[in-house]
Amino acid sequence: MVASRAIGSLRRFTASRTLRCPGYTCRNFSASSALLTRTHINYGVKGDVAVVRINSPNSKVNTLSRELQSEFIEVMNEIWANDQIRSAVLISSKPGCFIAGADINMLASCKSAEEVMQLSQEGQRMFEKLEKSTKPIVAAISGSCLGGGLELAISCQYRIATKDRKTVLGSPEVLLGILPGAGGTQRLPKMVGVPAAFDMMLTGRNIRADRAKKMGLVDQLVEPLGPGLKPSEERTIEYLEEVAVTFAKELSDKKISLKRDKGLVEKLTSYAMSIPFVRQQIYKKVEEKVRKQTKGLYPAPLKIIDAVKTGIEQGNDAGYVSESQKFGELAMTKESKALMGLYHGQVLCKKNKFGTPQKDVKHLAILGAGLMGAGIAQVSVDKGIKTILKDATLAGLDRGQQQVFKGLNDKVKKKALTSFERDSIFSNLTGQLDYQGFEKADMVIEAVFEDLNVKHRVLKEVEAVVPDHCVFASNTSALPIRQIASVSKRPEKVVGMHYFSPVDKMQLLEIITTEKTSKDTTASVVAVGLKQGKVIVVVKDGPGFYTTRCLAPMMSEVLRILQEGVDPKKLDSLTTSFGFPVGAATLVDEVGVDVAKHVAEDLGKAFGERFEGGSVELLKQMVSRGFLGRKSGKGFYIYQEGVKNKSLNSEMDGILASLKVPPKSDVCSDEDLQYRLVTRFVNEAIMCLQEGILATPAEGDIGAVFGLGFPPCLGGPFRYVDLYGAQKIVDRLRKYEAAYGKPFTPCQLLIDHANSPNKKFYQ
Amino acid sequence: MTSILTYTLKNLPSTSKWALRFSLRPLSCSSQLRAAPAAQTKSKKTLAKPNIRNIVVVEGVRIPFLQSGTSGLLHRTNVPKDVVDYIIFGTVIQEVKTSNVAREAALGAGFSDKTPAHTVTMACISANQAMTTGVGLIASGQCDVVVAGGVELMSDVPIRHSRKMRKMLLDLNKAKTLGQRLSLISKFRLNFLSPELPAVAEFSTSETMGHSADRLAAAFAVSRLDQDEYALRSHSLAKKAQDEGLLSDVVPFKVPGKDTVTKDNGIRPSSLEQMAKLKPAFIKPYGTVTAANSSFLTDGASAMLIMAEEKALAMGYKPKAYLRDFVYVSQDPKDQLLLGPTYATPKVLERAGLTMTDIDAFEFHEAFSGQILANFKAMDSDWFAQNYMGRKTKVGSPPLEKFNNWGGSLSLGHPFGATGCRLVMAAANRLRKEGGQYGLVAACAAGGQGHAMIVEAYPK
Repeated sequence: MVASRAIGSLRRFTASRTLRCPGYTCRNFSASSALLTRTHINYGVKGDVAVVRINSPNSKVNTLSRELQSEFIEVMNEIWANDQIRSAVLISSKPGCFIAGADINMLASCKSAEEVMQLSQEGQRMFEKLEKSTKPIVAAISGSCLGGGLELAISCQYRIATKDRKTVLGSPEVLLGILPGAGGTQRLPKMVGVPAAFDMMLTGRNIRADRAKKMGLVDQLVEPLGPGLKPSEERTIEYLEEVAVTFAKELSDKKISLKRDKGLVEKLTSYAMSIPFVRQQIYKKVEEKVRKQTKGLYPAPLKIIDAVKTGIEQGNDAGYVSESQKFGELAMTKESKALMGLYHGQVLCKKNKFGTPQKDVKHLAILGAGLMGAGIAQVSVDKGIKTILKDATLAGLDRGQQQVFKGLNDKVKKKALTSFERDSIFSNLTGQLDYQGFEKADMVIEAVFEDLNVKHRVLKEVEAVVPDHCVFASNTSALPIRQIASVSKRPEKVVGMHYFSPVDKMQLLEIITTEKTSKDTTASVVAVGLKQGKVIVVVKDGPGFYTTRCLAPMMSEVLRILQEGVDPKKLDSLTTSFGFPVGAATLVDEVGVDVAKHVAEDLGKAFGERFEGGSVELLKQMVSRGFLGRKSGKGFYIYQEGVKNKSLNSEMDGILASLKVPPKSDVCSDEDLQYRLVTRFVNEAIMCLQEGILATPAEGDIGAVFGLGFPPCLGGPFRYVDLYGAQKIVDRLRKYEAAYGKPFTPCQLLIDHANSPNKKFYQ
Repeated sequence: MTSILTYTLKNLPSTSKWALRFSLRPLSCSSQLRAAPAAQTKSKKTLAKPNIRNIVVVEGVRIPFLQSGTSGLLHRTNVPKDVVDYIIFGTVIQEVKTSNVAREAALGAGFSDKTPAHTVTMACISANQAMTTGVGLIASGQCDVVVAGGVELMSDVPIRHSRKMRKMLLDLNKAKTLGQRLSLISKFRLNFLSPELPAVAEFSTSETMGHSADRLAAAFAVSRLDQDEYALRSHSLAKKAQDEGLLSDVVPFKVPGKDTVTKDNGIRPSSLEQMAKLKPAFIKPYGTVTAANSSFLTDGASAMLIMAEEKALAMGYKPKAYLRDFVYVSQDPKDQLLLGPTYATPKVLERAGLTMTDIDAFEFHEAFSGQILANFKAMDSDWFAQNYMGRKTKVGSPPLEKFNNWGGSLSLGHPFGATGCRLVMAAANRLRKEGGQYGLVAACAAGGQGHAMIVEAYPK
């Protein structure tokens, strides 16, 4: 749940990349000779304006691939050579996507830093030609304009963007561990100012069209149109083109000037940036902040700062050289390979490989209006699903409905929604205490108390009222689904949906199928999960499924380390400096000590010796003292409303002292402590693949990173083994096995990988 | 506004005594109706329905629509009228002091204080709503005589204090001690004073109507030139109609403290060249909707007397037209805000069993040139009919020679609440003048709503 902070930005980026961009067929052009010979780009001439249309074949998005680039250069050369043409418009034929970025596979196929550097230099040269074009070029942007797409757009003389939610501009390269390598680090600071450019390039955030206009990133906005004589997105693109052509004409006729009126604040900033001392201070500040946030684990942000700095302090030529060099270096780093792997995994986990379900879920019912239930309701109603939220008590229901409203209202405050949209979304929610209306439900998700008897009771109650096709999904973090399904009349309709808290922030959804669950049931829950905006891993039923099962042995080790006398603050800093977004002790507090105890006991029974480590007694005592973690205000730390720096709970000292075990000196260096945690996690994950709980390593990596906060820079447990070598991990495990025994015994699949170094999880 | 009420009644042919004599005569409306087709040159069937009373317009008037600046429409008269069963008025921007403006006006105009009155609101089709509410009351047999109309006072819209200021003033009212009052006053900030203007924007989308019209025009690829040409047509036709004295529903109005106004003062035929010079008013700098091709908001009031046919005849009146089938429709307030006529036209035609070719006079509310032309295109598109209206085929666009021949809202002006009556009266008067039988009135309104009504000429 806590990993959200680290990966939040990754989400934004990929969300826009997976947009559906149904291509549409182009219209005929007035005059275009070479039109049919090209596959990615074609152009026509309207009066004296060339309209260049980008449309990568067989793809929902346009990416800057080698073919596209070479065709683009060809087309531009023709345009520059043609005396009849006085200006040009660049536009995509795919609604929803201008250019989504450079082709990642093109980068991945490069074998050396030099090769990547060359790519970057080609890009730089191409865009420099655009920038220096004497015929004005207008970029007409509708849909995602990211990475290389943005670098292309800012090389043009003028930018016009559609003002809709799909149109976003950004430099997400940092999220893939690289930098904008086609002049972006040089051009962006000049266009929007150094601070804003740093913000864009270091966070990778997406910028909506209206914000981009205010920043000076685009020059004009075009409102999206409604339906006319053809579908609205098709007509909107046409209209954007018409408007862009008018502006292109006016630019070539010099009727409008390219100079933008700067506001007072902008003028002041650019004045301040002209003072070398101020610039130095800014670089220093930004570097400090980056170091603090990345803990030195991610090389890309520092290199971005460096490339920008070189360009500003030593001039363009030096800047370009620095940019392309660093681009080459970064593309070869393990971190970038790990992050790109995550990107691919995420794309994979955003697809429904179980096909289209027979029945679309239009009516959803959720049992239990607790934190989870209400969270699930929130992500459902805002996608237009009619949702019933049922609770046993009015007080519980009130709280749940209030949580949904607050979640939506927070979006209004951030201006992501209007208050009208909030109200109309909220009207999709019906709160009730009885089973009225369940006869129409296509799916019921229960999020009641984690107790098998309660789950059995509601399952029977629900089956008595719902229609035959209705799916029953159980939101549980550890109770085996087949046990829940044991009392069902229709076990083929029973499935597990493990959401992560807070549901509206955490992207992962773990779906658990039993051997009896039908394929259509699985397809249906995956479809709902995707609609809710989740990244989905589908795993087989078993104690702890995948995510809880990986976390449990690590938590067991956390307890042992605490019992060995390491204080929670130290433990937290060790885990965060390894790349976990949240420290291990804080994680226990966030999950809830009672939940952790529950899971530890259950899985301890199921897996025996291998899950041993620290004593569950520690958690039991905490629960009995009421230290349930954040929700009760006390756990390892004390939580107070409005206090930022939490302090240690001194009452824990007694408990920890009474359960103290002597540390073993050869395995308790800081590094050993870190690896004791990580290797148990990784070993268990690989065991899940070995046992068939996991279907693919990619799902294992996505589940670990998005659900549990496994360091994104390592790419997930499987990618980590691939990149750093199975042998090294086996060696570590063997060392700790000597000290602690069975819990560290490496699993067979990991040993296999260590024995044959060519064996990789990702080929 | 009261003046308009009284005027309606003053203008009626006062033949009530004569009428009374015949009132006992068994009056069969069906025989009247059967006679009607014979009188019609086109020999179309009439739209009378069995078991539903025929409802007629006896008279309708309006004061000239004035560009804001000439204010104050309330005018006291003392003509007692007690034949009226009910009074309904439409208005849009409501004055808080006269939230039921119909009742205040009725009292002010000297109607019997026993005649109830209520106010309806449905944005630009408020007056239509007032009329059809009256039709409903008569059809169901609850009333025989209803005065329906609309009024708008754009030059004096209520402007509210900001919410913060309102809250402080209300709290001050409740405060009991000086201390409480002072502490409240101490919270006063200068920005409390910034007023809230009522906006011509959609509540649901915060988009102004002109902005939406510009997008609509673009969606249907209506060019700037087409829009300007249409606006010019509206102004020229209005000018011609005014010069020929065809706008007979206008009554002179004495603005207190100023001269009497006798005609609509917004009609200004211009040239295409001059219109082309204007800058876009909403989507800048490349939009197509300008001040010249948009309707302008004015003060204005209109009223009409509607009756059950037998009652009208019994009282000796000569009705002007029948009010026949009507529909209200609504659609997406964002992208189809102004497409009401497109949705309403086929529906009302179907209900009346007519086709486009049966209609002799079209009177559409012209909110914007672009809106009218976009509606034409939508009505003429099979694709739009199939994908958005759930119809198999298009209804077809109205022939221009039958369309708004005496000008429209673009040239005459558009007082929100009063336009509906003007449309119906224009249709009725045109049918009488031109000898047609059926008129189709249609309008769009804020909130993505629309209305259409069939008006049938009363046999001469």
